[in-house]
Amino acid sequence: MYRQARYDRKMIFEKEGETDFAMPIQEELSDAVPKTMIRDRLEIPSLPEREVVKHYTNLSQMNFGVDNGFYPLGSCTMKYNPKYADTVSSLPAVANIHPYQAEDSIQGALQLMYELEKALCEIGGVEAVTLQPAAGAHGEFTGMLLAKAFFAHKGENRTEVVIPDTAHGTNPASAAMAGFNVTEVPSSATGCVDLDALQSAVSENTAAFMITNPNTLGIFEEDVQRIAEIVHGAGALLYYDGANLNAVMGWTNPGKMDFDIVHFNLHKTFATPHGGGGPGAGPVGVKKHIEPFLPVPRIVRKNGRFGLDYDRPDSIGKVRPFFGNFAVLVRAYSYILRMGGDGLKEASEKAVLSSNYMKEKLKGVFDLPFKDLRKHEFVISTKKLKEQKDVRALDVAKRLLDYGLHAPTIYFPSLVEEALMIEPTETETKETMDQYVDVLKKIADENPMLIRSAPHNTSARRIDEVYAAKEAILSWRSFKKKENERGDRPSEEDKGECTLCRSIVGDMDSLKKRIGRSVD
Amino acid sequence: MGIDRSMLDEIGISNIEELFSDVPIGVRVDGLNLPNGLSEMEVVERIQSMLGSNLTTDDCPCFCGGGVYHHFIPSAVKTIISRSEFYTSYTPYQAEISQGILQALFEYQSFIAALTGMDAVNSSNYDGATALGEAATMCHRLNGKRKFLVPEAMSWEKKSVLRNYAWGPGIEIVEYAFDTSTGELSAEDLRSKMSEEISGVYIEVPNFLGVIDSQIASIREDIKDAALVVGVNPISLGILKPPGEYGADIVIGEGQVLGSPMNLGGPLLGIFATRQEHVRKMPGRVIGLTKDVEGERAFCMTLQTREQHIRRSKATSNICTNEALMAVAAATYLALVGRDGLRKIAEVNIGKARSLMKSVGELDGFVSPVFTGYHFNEFVMKPPIEPEGLNKHLLRKSIIGGLPLDKHVPRLGGHMLLATTEVHRREDHERFLRALAEVS
Repeated sequence: MYRQARYDRKMIFEKEGETDFAMPIQEELSDAVPKTMIRDRLEIPSLPEREVVKHYTNLSQMNFGVDNGFYPLGSCTMKYNPKYADTVSSLPAVANIHPYQAEDSIQGALQLMYELEKALCEIGGVEAVTLQPAAGAHGEFTGMLLAKAFFAHKGENRTEVVIPDTAHGTNPASAAMAGFNVTEVPSSATGCVDLDALQSAVSENTAAFMITNPNTLGIFEEDVQRIAEIVHGAGALLYYDGANLNAVMGWTNPGKMDFDIVHFNLHKTFATPHGGGGPGAGPVGVKKHIEPFLPVPRIVRKNGRFGLDYDRPDSIGKVRPFFGNFAVLVRAYSYILRMGGDGLKEASEKAVLSSNYMKEKLKGVFDLPFKDLRKHEFVISTKKLKEQKDVRALDVAKRLLDYGLHAPTIYFPSLVEEALMIEPTETETKETMDQYVDVLKKIADENPMLIRSAPHNTSARRIDEVYAAKEAILSWRSFKKKENERGDRPSEEDKGECTLCRSIVGDMDSLKKRIGRSVD
Repeated sequence: MGIDRSMLDEIGISNIEELFSDVPIGVRVDGLNLPNGLSEMEVVERIQSMLGSNLTTDDCPCFCGGGVYHHFIPSAVKTIISRSEFYTSYTPYQAEISQGILQALFEYQSFIAALTGMDAVNSSNYDGATALGEAATMCHRLNGKRKFLVPEAMSWEKKSVLRNYAWGPGIEIVEYAFDTSTGELSAEDLRSKMSEEISGVYIEVPNFLGVIDSQIASIREDIKDAALVVGVNPISLGILKPPGEYGADIVIGEGQVLGSPMNLGGPLLGIFATRQEHVRKMPGRVIGLTKDVEGERAFCMTLQTREQHIRRSKATSNICTNEALMAVAAATYLALVGRDGLRKIAEVNIGKARSLMKSVGELDGFVSPVFTGYHFNEFVMKPPIEPEGLNKHLLRKSIIGGLPLDKHVPRLGGHMLLATTEVHRREDHERFLRALAEVS
């Protein structure tokens, strides 16, 4: 039985000790800073290294990563992160170089980025790549700026971006940040882009249509050629959200599907770790007609030397300083070298097989809306559980955690009710997937109270998100202020204040009594 | 490697091709034209030998800053961020099984709140420059105005990033000058640029020229109702007044200095903090303090209705993947050095810069420091030869030189920005000065 560590919830700010940090002796400065700018006090802890390491090691044990177990979080491609990438990305030749060093002193780094760009060109079917964007959404934003620059250069004022309703939320957000009005088009009855709706949505005002293929249901948009004709027919650009690229490497590519701009998520497709939320990297690839607008610098090769070209008059400039998340780029390139062309193709094949395998095993138990054949992920609905037992997708997700399994993405895409979006990736064994399927089947038969009150075995029990949003306490400083406003300690009503929590705790107590044992 | 046949058999599929039957023939490609895969041993060897030609700060002292700095990193920082429970997890959508990263990020937010004197901090932006871009658009959300004032003396890369973030909402970027004698901002010029139309004013402390401005504490009087955005070097806040005490609405900064290596400039860490009353307008993921059903203290992502996955095109930002691991590194770093350690590091940086700028100024033909203001760990000097040529000379002596300013601040052409930190020993300074003397 899985049981996650539970340590006391003390903050580092509540711990006490004597620091053992030291700096080499230096003479005191009597006038280090202007008098008007001197700090009175700094309220951060002062602890010995031993206490700090214990604190954060204990916290890490209250966390679940891919190394702990199965993490089939749909759309996030939580594949295993090979450890040779840790070795190469922490080399001094990666860590200890300054971005403003002369080109001659960073030839190796420039070569690596140059070769990575070339590899991504082949994988994406594009003609040029910039490694600058720091994340997938940042790549989308960059792509939208490129579209804006492209049309500005042509003297066309196109103000709209069209997006299907199944798109990742970052798509409309990125387009809006770049100043576009966003039009969402509904999907057809097959879960794919509705060609008629698309045809009537695009016009001479449309700058781009953003899609991911396979889409977020894991369905390959078979009409992609027709989509490209419609979009290009209106003079607009076709944008490929590379979040789902892990499904199709070596079988097709965005360039071949006639996309103009594409972003890659190196932390998904190319196995760089997700870092608890980041860093990632979101390179952008483009066809020839967009290349002049790419961010500066471009990495160029001349007479066997690598250099940086800033002389690009039509470039959009910078989307972040320097060259991108270099340490992440090193990881991704080492993965590409390790896999090779055939290995990457096989990774996609296995990812698709895993997904279809799990889907087949689950489709009798849960509803599978839309067609059968899926790519690297699939979406099932727990609608029946809701109708029959008042158990929601959220409850199923929380109950999975009790078994030491990470939950799928839930409630997305929104056109599927009670959605569970499962992406097993290619790195999990049949045994791991069978276990997940068995647990999901078992949960479907469990006592609904047990599911609704889950999780039981994790470091924290069901969390009160409403309270978090209402109080909006985002720092220890803010917590202390609120505490002071209320008097020395939080009032008694404050404990279990939310009625939802009370009812769940009540549920659990009666359940424990009835079945006469602990529920874990 | 290889396909597990039994899986195909169990789901009644005869071959892999069947699983790709939905990919139209017209868009198919025949595999990837990339080299064959290598063994792990070969991969490591290949990358090591490719990168072997990089010159690193292990071999050469580095006197370049301009946004990224070589600082000492206590070993325990790497120990903590190498915990794979942290680095192989993702954004903590399932809070109950992710309390560790959530608490670590909440503590990061708390450390930054303490340093900056703000209440609300997000769990990271990509870097200081994109944080500035997001700050400018947030100012527009706060007051609906569309003119944003920035210092003339600022990294051109940061200006370029800012212009790209400002492009969509149509925010006009206007520059105010610096005082050519002190290196502080020109209060006169700033006042002359102020008007009802100004949405926000951005200042940097220390500024791009390395100067700690002595007039900042009363800046609010000059900028009236406009939002005040302050860009900080978080290490300097070990000794400097927190921007919350002089009226900042938003504090941003580059957090790489807090426990992350330079990594050729990435990953970095974008600091973003604001006042409590503005929290619902801020970008990025935020971690909130809450409790679980047993009433125990707990943490979760909160205020998500601002975010892209809920609000879509109306979101305050598109940010999804951020720099969480660098934020954990920052929290660990700050916990390790502690309150006295951070002040000490700040003092050592000031002391080193003060001594180096004076010594450089004593060399024939060098003007240093060019500005009379107080400095943190960077300063501007004017060498007797072109900065680019000087850097070439230094590189031959295995020294990474400073940042030529012509591209960043055109009227400081011929000048160079030098940085020094606690990692430089007296011998490093001496070696550097000897190499400089050779061109004087």
